[in-house]
Amino acid sequence: MLRDQDRIFTNLYGINDWRLAGARARGDWDGTKAILEKGRDALIEEVKNSGLRGRGGAGFGTGMKWSFMPKVIGNRPHYLVINADEGEPGTCKDREIMRFDPHKLIEGALIASFAIGAHASYIYIRGEFIREAQNLQAAVDEAYAAGLIGKNACGSGWDFDLFVHRGAGAYVCGEESALIESLEGKKGQPRLKPPFPAGVGLYGCPTTVNNVESIAVVPTIVRRGAAWFAGIGRPKNTGTKIFCISGHVNKPCNVEEEMGIPLRELIEKHAGGVRGGWDNLMGIIPGGCSVPVMPKSVCDTVLMDFDSLRDVRSGLGTAAVIVMDKSADIVRAIARLSHFYSHESCGQCTPCREGTGWMSRIMDRLVTGDADLAEIDLLEEITKQVEGHTICALGDAAAWPIQGLLRHFRPEVERRIRDRQASKTRAA
Amino acid sequence: MSATQPTTFAFTADNLATAKQVIAKYPAGRQQSAVMPLLDLAQRQEGWLPIAAIETVAEMLEMAPIRVQEVATFYTMYNLNKVGTNHVQVCTNICCLLKGSDEIVRAAKEALGVDWGETTADGRFTLSEVECLGACVNAPMMQVNDDFYEDLTPGSTKAVLDALKRGETPKPGSQIGRQNSAPEGGPTTLTELSFGGKV
Repeated sequence: MLRDQDRIFTNLYGINDWRLAGARARGDWDGTKAILEKGRDALIEEVKNSGLRGRGGAGFGTGMKWSFMPKVIGNRPHYLVINADEGEPGTCKDREIMRFDPHKLIEGALIASFAIGAHASYIYIRGEFIREAQNLQAAVDEAYAAGLIGKNACGSGWDFDLFVHRGAGAYVCGEESALIESLEGKKGQPRLKPPFPAGVGLYGCPTTVNNVESIAVVPTIVRRGAAWFAGIGRPKNTGTKIFCISGHVNKPCNVEEEMGIPLRELIEKHAGGVRGGWDNLMGIIPGGCSVPVMPKSVCDTVLMDFDSLRDVRSGLGTAAVIVMDKSADIVRAIARLSHFYSHESCGQCTPCREGTGWMSRIMDRLVTGDADLAEIDLLEEITKQVEGHTICALGDAAAWPIQGLLRHFRPEVERRIRDRQASKTRAA
Repeated sequence: MSATQPTTFAFTADNLATAKQVIAKYPAGRQQSAVMPLLDLAQRQEGWLPIAAIETVAEMLEMAPIRVQEVATFYTMYNLNKVGTNHVQVCTNICCLLKGSDEIVRAAKEALGVDWGETTADGRFTLSEVECLGACVNAPMMQVNDDFYEDLTPGSTKAVLDALKRGETPKPGSQIGRQNSAPEGGPTTLTELSFGGKV
C-alpha cells in the first residue's frame, strides 16, 4: 500500500485549506523558479522518464505528447489546454483536485506550459462544476496577485497567463479536438485527425491537451524526481492514481493509490469491501463507463493499471471503478449507458449518430427480454459496425460496454428473452 | 425554443462590464471564444435564454446569429425555455442508478408534484433528468442551480426540496455528513500527515 508521504494529493478530501497559504504549507509553489531554470528539454525528459501516462483515459505518455510540440516557437503561439471536462460516468477525481488542491493544477500548468513553450493556457472545466470553477478562479487570482503566474511568473522571466473557461454540458467536449472547437466558440464536434493538436490545435496553433490529473502531478514529479514516481507501480504503469470507487461497495470513495494495486485490495482496503462480501460481487467496470465490464472471476486477481486491464480486454480509462453486486440489474445498467451515448453523440458521424440510437433501443428491450434471441447477434454486429468507424472514440465507447455485457453475461440476456417468451406463451 | 419570446434583451451595466472582461480573456480577433460564457451570463440574468439574448450576443461577438444559435442548442445547460427559479436536476446515470436514483426520482416528483421537464404552477421549481454530473462516489445526487446535493435518500431529497420551498438554502454536499469524497467513517489514507490550517 502506498505510504502517505508518497501521496501527491494531500488535500483530496478538503480537510485542509485549499487556498494559497494552505497549498504552500503542503509544499506547492516551493522553488518553482529553480524548477523552471532546469530548462524546457530537461523538464520534458524528466516527465518522460517518470513514465507518466495521461490520466484522462487513453494513457498516452505525457512527456512524449509534450515532445511533439515544435521545438522552436514560430509565428504561431503555443497553447496548453487543460481538459477539465470531467464527464465520464463514474469519474469524479478532477473535481476534487480543482476544488481542494487547485494550486497543484496551477503550478503544473505553469511548468507544463513552460516546457512546451506556451505563454497561455486555458482550463476547460465542465459547466456544471460551478463551485469548483469558483475555487479554481479564486486560486488563479491568488497566484496572479502573488506573482506566481502572469508577467515574469515566479521571477523566472517567463510570462504566463492562465484562464478558466466553463463548458455548458456536452460529454463529447472531453474529446480533445471537440474541446478545442468548443473553446473556439463552436459546437463541440471532434475534428478529423491528422493534423494533431500539436501541429494545428487551438486557433490553428500548436497545442497540447492534457487532463487535470496529468498536469497536477507534474510539480511533484519534477520536485521529487522521475525515479521516485517511476519507482511506484509497475514498469510502464508507474506512479500514483486517484481511483473513484462507486456503486455497490460499503463505503464509496475517492482514494489515491499505487498504480497496479490489486482491484480486490483497492476495494477492501479503502471502500469497505463489496456490499455483502466479495462473493456477492457480480461484475466491475474498472475505468469509467466506456470500458467493458469484467466478471467476478477476472476481478478476483486483476491489477489496476493500463496494461493489466488491457490484457483482460477491459481498460484503466479514468480509473473510475463501478462495482455491481449480485442484486444489480446489469442489463439495465448497461442499457442506461447506451441511452447516455445516444444522448451525447454529437451527430457528426452517421455510424455513431444512428448506431447509438439503434443500440439504445435494442438494449432497452433486452432489459425486459422483449426481443428475439437473434437480436443479440444483431446487436453485437451493430457494435462492430460502429466501433472504429467514427471520427472520435465516442462510437467505440458506446460499443464497448455492450460488447463486455455480451462477452461475460450473455446467458443472463438470453434468460430474460426466454422467460419473456415463456410468459407470453402461457398468457396465450 | 419557447413559443413566447421577449422582443428585446440588454445586458445590465454590471453584466456588460463582466462580458467585456470575459472577451478580454481570448486573443484579439478570437472573441467568438467568449460565446459560451456570454450565453451563460445572459441566462443568469434572465433565468433562461431567449432568442433576443442569442442575437445580442451574436452582435457583440460579430458572429452570425445562426452560429450562436447552434451553440445554444448544442449544449444542454442553455435553457431555451423558461425554467423555475430552482432548477432541480436529478442524475440517473449508472452510479446513481446503482445507488437507488429511482427512489430519488420518485421522491423528487412527489415532493414537487411535477414530472420530468415540468415546472410547478408557482414557477419556482423545474425538474429535469440529467446525465452524469461527476459526483459518482457520492451517489445518488442532484443539482439545484449551482449546488450539488449528494449521498441522497428519499427522505433527504424531500427535506432539501422542502427547505427550498420555504425559501431556505439547504447545506450543499453530502447529506449524510461525510467528509466530501472520503469513505464514510473517515479517511483510510492521509492520516499520517498534518499540515495545520484545517478548515
